[in-house]
Amino acid sequence: MPPLLTPDVEWGLLAPEIILIGGALVLLVAGTFLRRRDMGSAYALLTILVAGGSLVSTVGLWQDVTGIGANPRLAVADAVSIDGFSVFVTIVILVAVVIGALLADDYLRRERLTGVSYYVLMMLSASGGIFMAKANDLIVVFLGLEILSIALYVLAGYHRRRSQSQEAAIKYFVLGSFSSAFFLYGIALTYGATGSTNITEIGRFLQGTTLTTGVLLGGVALLLVGLGFKVAAVPFHMWTPDVYQGSPTPVAGFMAAAAKTAGFAALLRIFYAGFGTLRLDWQPMVWALAVLSLVVGSVLAVVQTDVKRMLAYSSISHAGYVLIGLQAATDKGIAASLFYLMAYTFMVLGSFAVVTMVGRVGDGRHSLDDYKGLARDRPGLAFAFTIFLLAQAGVPFTSGFLAKFGVIAAAVEAESYAIAVIAMVAAVIAAFFYLRVIVVMYMSGDADATEPAAAGAAGAEAAEGADAVAAGGVATATATAINTRVAIPLGAGVALALCLAFTIGAGLLPEPLLDFARHATLLKP
Amino acid sequence: MGNDIPILTLLVLVPALGAGLVALLPKERDDVVARVGLGIALLVGLLSLILLFDFDTGDGGFQFVSAHPWIESFGISWKLGVDGISLFLVVLSGILFPLAIAGPQVHHDLKGYVAWMLLLEAGCIGVFLSLDLFLFFLFWEIVLVPMYFLIGGWGYERRVYATLKFFIYTMLGSALMLVGILALVFISQKATGNLTFDLVSLAEGQSVAENTARWLFLAFAASFAIKCPIFPVHTWLPDAHTEAPTGGSVILAGVLLKLGTYGFVRFGLYLFPTAVVDLAPVFLTLGVIGIIYGALVATMQKDLKRLVAYSSVAHLGFIVVGVFGLSKQGLQGGVLQMINHGISTGALFLLVGMVYERRHTRLIADLGGIQKSAPLFAAVFTVVMLSSIGLPGLNGFVGEFLILLGTFVTHRWWAVVGTIGVILAAIYLLWAYQRVFHGEPTGGNATFAEMTTRERVVMAPLVLLIVALGVYPKPMLDRITPAVDKLVSHVEAHSDFREPVVPSVGVDLPLAAAEEGH
Repeated sequence: MPPLLTPDVEWGLLAPEIILIGGALVLLVAGTFLRRRDMGSAYALLTILVAGGSLVSTVGLWQDVTGIGANPRLAVADAVSIDGFSVFVTIVILVAVVIGALLADDYLRRERLTGVSYYVLMMLSASGGIFMAKANDLIVVFLGLEILSIALYVLAGYHRRRSQSQEAAIKYFVLGSFSSAFFLYGIALTYGATGSTNITEIGRFLQGTTLTTGVLLGGVALLLVGLGFKVAAVPFHMWTPDVYQGSPTPVAGFMAAAAKTAGFAALLRIFYAGFGTLRLDWQPMVWALAVLSLVVGSVLAVVQTDVKRMLAYSSISHAGYVLIGLQAATDKGIAASLFYLMAYTFMVLGSFAVVTMVGRVGDGRHSLDDYKGLARDRPGLAFAFTIFLLAQAGVPFTSGFLAKFGVIAAAVEAESYAIAVIAMVAAVIAAFFYLRVIVVMYMSGDADATEPAAAGAAGAEAAEGADAVAAGGVATATATAINTRVAIPLGAGVALALCLAFTIGAGLLPEPLLDFARHATLLKP
Repeated sequence: MGNDIPILTLLVLVPALGAGLVALLPKERDDVVARVGLGIALLVGLLSLILLFDFDTGDGGFQFVSAHPWIESFGISWKLGVDGISLFLVVLSGILFPLAIAGPQVHHDLKGYVAWMLLLEAGCIGVFLSLDLFLFFLFWEIVLVPMYFLIGGWGYERRVYATLKFFIYTMLGSALMLVGILALVFISQKATGNLTFDLVSLAEGQSVAENTARWLFLAFAASFAIKCPIFPVHTWLPDAHTEAPTGGSVILAGVLLKLGTYGFVRFGLYLFPTAVVDLAPVFLTLGVIGIIYGALVATMQKDLKRLVAYSSVAHLGFIVVGVFGLSKQGLQGGVLQMINHGISTGALFLLVGMVYERRHTRLIADLGGIQKSAPLFAAVFTVVMLSSIGLPGLNGFVGEFLILLGTFVTHRWWAVVGTIGVILAAIYLLWAYQRVFHGEPTGGNATFAEMTTRERVVMAPLVLLIVALGVYPKPMLDRITPAVDKLVSHVEAHSDFREPVVPSVGVDLPLAAAEEGH
């Protein structure tokens, strides 16, 4: 038997993942040995520290791949790609970890779910996402996908006392495994047709041949199905509303931000760098997925009364926008998709931060009615949510507008006028349900104010006493006030401020970020 | 000239930052909010007047241009400029906004109302001043948000329905326009190798093929037509105008509708001269239909506010006819009429608001004999109404006359049919006036209160302008004419359109020559 050849591993290039996984393992071991269950905010702080360290390690990489004398390259036997694209996505995912930890800190204490495993799982999941972004080999993409997903399955069911959370985990697990199988089958077919699982190799092989076989196209389609599931593109979106609704709210936020970004990173790389020469074959498929996601996501979001479900459908329509950038199949389109993902990460984490707080103890108050009069009780929170919703709707002077503008510009430049118009119409439909939440927060204040008074009056009628009218009214009013007062803990407040600053800042002065996204180029064969 | 101070940037930023400032004020202190809000609006008004006085009368080009690169990777810049066409629209905004903020009674949450109003002002002025297509689109979109909240938050019974209808209609138009803007920019980039959203370079470049330009123009036109609104897409207007709070209606009719007609002039004619020339008959026809249809429907209205709303459809039809008539006089009249309609319809909405404050009804049938109980109110209403009808000597006449005169030369039959609209306007307004103000007052109408000092102060500048601009419109026309002449020459230079030479007095008319031949 020949000796097993192990490739040289450039450890330094994998620093972000290593720090993240190492940190997660250390935290896990430490958590096991510590006697005290309740560690305050220590775990969250350590997670932020680890993610921060990982972020710092990307700075050097960024310089390396985009700076003067840039040297984007393949490493570890060509299995990972160190380029602007992967570093960019790494940064986005790490930011999601930091904000996710800030959100989780108070949430876990509020829901009495103390323990270290939440943070460990989140970091492991993020490391999987980073591997997906870096992977230059379909097998490595699959490994990353599984690391990301398995951790997320557990996180989805993390709220042990809520049956919806369990249900979400099972649903996500079953459908997720299904899609992984599709993905694997896609790898197998692609390998059969091209003789390699290496994305660069595949790209090179396809450049040298004009022959496309059914096997290859089948592989392309199956890979699209597998990743389409991860990014929640219609028609592979069925799991999204249930899982988002059932998962603990901070997990849903992390899922929307990190899992979508990682899924898209893999999708963009495989299709643009790997199957770039086949674009005439896959562009129609992506076109259809994009249009379906835009339309179905927006239209179904309109009829939701649960804010988490609504955000789930809106995340489906956002996936449609990112797909528009891929459909254009140009460098600008890819850069626009990346910028979209970054802007979306902050918007969606900010939105879920608000939802986490409004959900209150039990994480169950997510219907539109629970947002009634929020502007009166918590004007700051309502304002922040308004900005995030407006940004998701694509209103000018927010990051969301530029994100949409970027992908639509890319589509128009690639002369895909139809999809640009459809995207704009979908934005109109979407604006409707974002505005509806805002309306509930701001304009239903009056109706809400009269409710306790009416209830008090009804109670008083039974008592038949003038004094009781006042007493009943006051008592009901106080009870409602205590009940509806939403707490804003420090960590979540910081997360909110970060997201808000980015969403407005990127809307006003987008040039540095656009520049950033433009330099995040894919290493092509 | 005030090039040292970036006055145009200030005109946009002062209300925008003012909105933020008002939002930070304590909610309970309505007096402070009212004073600060009015102060900021007056400051903007003052700035617009400074602009008016510093404006170089004879120059038809853009003045006070301030350009700063903003998003360089897309060739987007913060570029503002003003010419004779936009100048008076800015001044109109500067005048109407303080009146809309201070005039009508706001019954709850004054802070929110004032803040949204100021943001709306920033957006409107931004649209009028933008010389960059991206910037223009930004402001165009941002206008929607405050208006949505103003109608939804402070409107009447069916406000939620009205505000959603307004929002969805206008957003749909914008959707097409954004794609149009992007397509124009990228097609030009392919032709010139230069990626820019700059209006002037795109318009002067004219690098789009004729057939493509027609489609692009239609994409823009969809948005402008909805905003105007032009006949088949006008249905949001009566609802939005009627359900909006008084201040909202004043701004909606006075300023917001002008965004559409201004868009046709500034972007339609300037960017796509050939397409406009080709499609002018279509828009003229729709404009004329709007005139007649708006007037007829207005006649049938039972609700005074709805009547005024439909009269706007008719008036805007005139402006559209003036713009697409493509003659210098018609275009001058169109620009003038944008201002005049803003003043007179804004004033009408204020007056209708006052009626509602007193009687809590807008139904014409419930009103009557107000002339007896409130003679001054009736007098002011008469002046404003006559201006809206277009009585010679008041401002409304000048604009309509120029529009019909100019269009008669280039597109005769449309002008002929449009003239009927003038008569119809007299019918519906005078008839309404008769029912509301004549006769013996009964019930609540007998105790109809006379105008308060506050209301007099609000109405005085508008009435003054109505009379002044009617008697002596020359200062305005002097400033509008060079810009309009420049625009028409631009259209002639880039299309086969030639404005017919109008025979002056003393030259034999062709008709007379033909008769002599018999």
